[in-house]
Amino acid sequence: MEWFDALVQGILLGGMYAQYALGMALMFGVMRIVNISHGDLVILLSLIGISMATAWGLGPLPVLIVLVPLAVLMGWVLQKAVLNKVVGSDPLPSLIATFGLSIALQNLMLQIWSANSRSLPGHGLESQSIEIGGIYIGLLPVIVLVVATALTWGLDLTLKRTRFGRALRAASADVEAAAMTGINPRAVYAMATAAAVGILGFAAVFQSLRSTVAPADGPAQLIYAFEAVIIGGMGAVWGAFLGSMVLGISQAIGFRIDPGFGVLAGHIVFLIVLATRPQGLFGKATT
Amino acid sequence: MTAVLSTQGLIARYGDFQALYGVDTELHQGEAVALIGANGAGKSTFLRSIMGLLPVARDMVRLDGEPVGGTATDRMVQKGVAIVPEGRRLFTGMSVEDNLRVAIDQAARIGAKGGWTLPRVHQLFPILKEKARTQVQSLSGGQQQMVAIGRALLCQPRVLLCDEISLGLAPKVIREIYAALPEIRATGTAVIVVEQDVGLAQSASDRLYCMLEGRVTLTGRSADVTREQIGKAYFGAGHGVV
Ligand SMILES: Nc1ncnc2c1ncn2[C@@H]1O[C@H](COP(=O)(O)OP(=O)(O)O)[C@@H](O)[C@H]1O
Ligand SMILES: [Mg+2]
Repeated sequence: MEWFDALVQGILLGGMYAQYALGMALMFGVMRIVNISHGDLVILLSLIGISMATAWGLGPLPVLIVLVPLAVLMGWVLQKAVLNKVVGSDPLPSLIATFGLSIALQNLMLQIWSANSRSLPGHGLESQSIEIGGIYIGLLPVIVLVVATALTWGLDLTLKRTRFGRALRAASADVEAAAMTGINPRAVYAMATAAAVGILGFAAVFQSLRSTVAPADGPAQLIYAFEAVIIGGMGAVWGAFLGSMVLGISQAIGFRIDPGFGVLAGHIVFLIVLATRPQGLFGKATT
Repeated sequence: MTAVLSTQGLIARYGDFQALYGVDTELHQGEAVALIGANGAGKSTFLRSIMGLLPVARDMVRLDGEPVGGTATDRMVQKGVAIVPEGRRLFTGMSVEDNLRVAIDQAARIGAKGGWTLPRVHQLFPILKEKARTQVQSLSGGQQQMVAIGRALLCQPRVLLCDEISLGLAPKVIREIYAALPEIRATGTAVIVVEQDVGLAQSASDRLYCMLEGRVTLTGRSADVTREQIGKAYFGAGHGVV
């Protein structure tokens, strides 16, 4: 029962990681950009959300409704103003640019919000629980998991079925050939990053509901997203989701073995996957 | 009559290496022009320069007389120039139908008008209908070439550039693919075919250009140029014809 409980907790934790990992998988899959500022964007959005909630007395849902469009806009601007200038077959320029952005964002957040930890008032949502088959499960983690699943499903369907999705996949397969078919790669990239950061708008609300956030927290979130994407297989949407589950479950089981071992257990699973199956558990080998 | 597409003194470089030395060409509406030349002569470079895939000066390429050199590739497609690139360059991991749909999507986005629809492409290459759900990387070379041609046609081009569409294919498949050319031209689309097989190039075109080391060394009506002229233009004046 205890292990089953750990499994359930792991899956619920995985739901949180999936919300980070989706956007990272999308940006990597389409543009081969590893966005080092990914975690800092979550924190920035969280802090903006918290400030809005405090200033206007908003509940989590109104914050979400304002934050997601704002995140979409931020992603679009980020791509247009910065990333489109450094994207290309060489991954190094975008790595350096997003690394610089990460540092800049952390300093900016420190200036505006100071180093204090804050969280989003959930008006009781964070303490409610539901009973399923004899185990009590927090309502919030369940909502996180449901939203993560819906986002993954929606993104996957968008990629498969829509004009935008086909253009993204085409640009991802061969960007020059995509341009020869009438696609403006830079416009498609801007929409991809808008979607990726838009998803972080969801992640920001849930992250700041379930724990506290502080300006320097970004890199830790980046690592979880990165590990989930690597475990699942770079660039695949459901791969990122399943990778997040594996990471969450590893951490939860590790935590049951020893509370200090939880996060480390996740890192170990990540390293084992990287060493033995670098294309990821659910990725195709590229040969 | 002004040409649909023309180049004047077209120069292209890869870094320090100059690949084209002032290429002058003309293509008229509905015309088929063949571009022949040995490997490395600059044929692909010529097509890529037109498509905006290499930096060239504005007035080196003209479309309906308007200077368009160096225009972004997707904008060239919008202006009515499409390419079947060397090596086909299909979207790996996507089905035949999705590969074609990408072109349909973009044509719809910009409101491009032209007669090419999915059913018409299926009529031209029936196998593409049968293989609609197959991922392109598991098709045969000939079938892949058909997808590449279909994809270019669905961009609704007035000018179609074909780069070595017969390369590596069996003679029967080559005939099948070249049989599509008259139907494509019947829609008023002008075509440039880059072709290694000189006989095939001559029979498929109204006029031809021969290139050697980045320059045009021969131009004339395909039916009129002789083997000797082509041999000289192909290998350079110093080489005898075998
Ligand atoms: N990407 C490139 N970088 C440097 N040189 C190139 C590149 N592509 C082609 N070249 C050179 O340009 C010349 C023309 O090449 P290309 O246009 O591909 O010839 P063709 O299509 O007639 O075989 C050749 O000398 C080739 O080596
Ligand atoms: Mg070539």
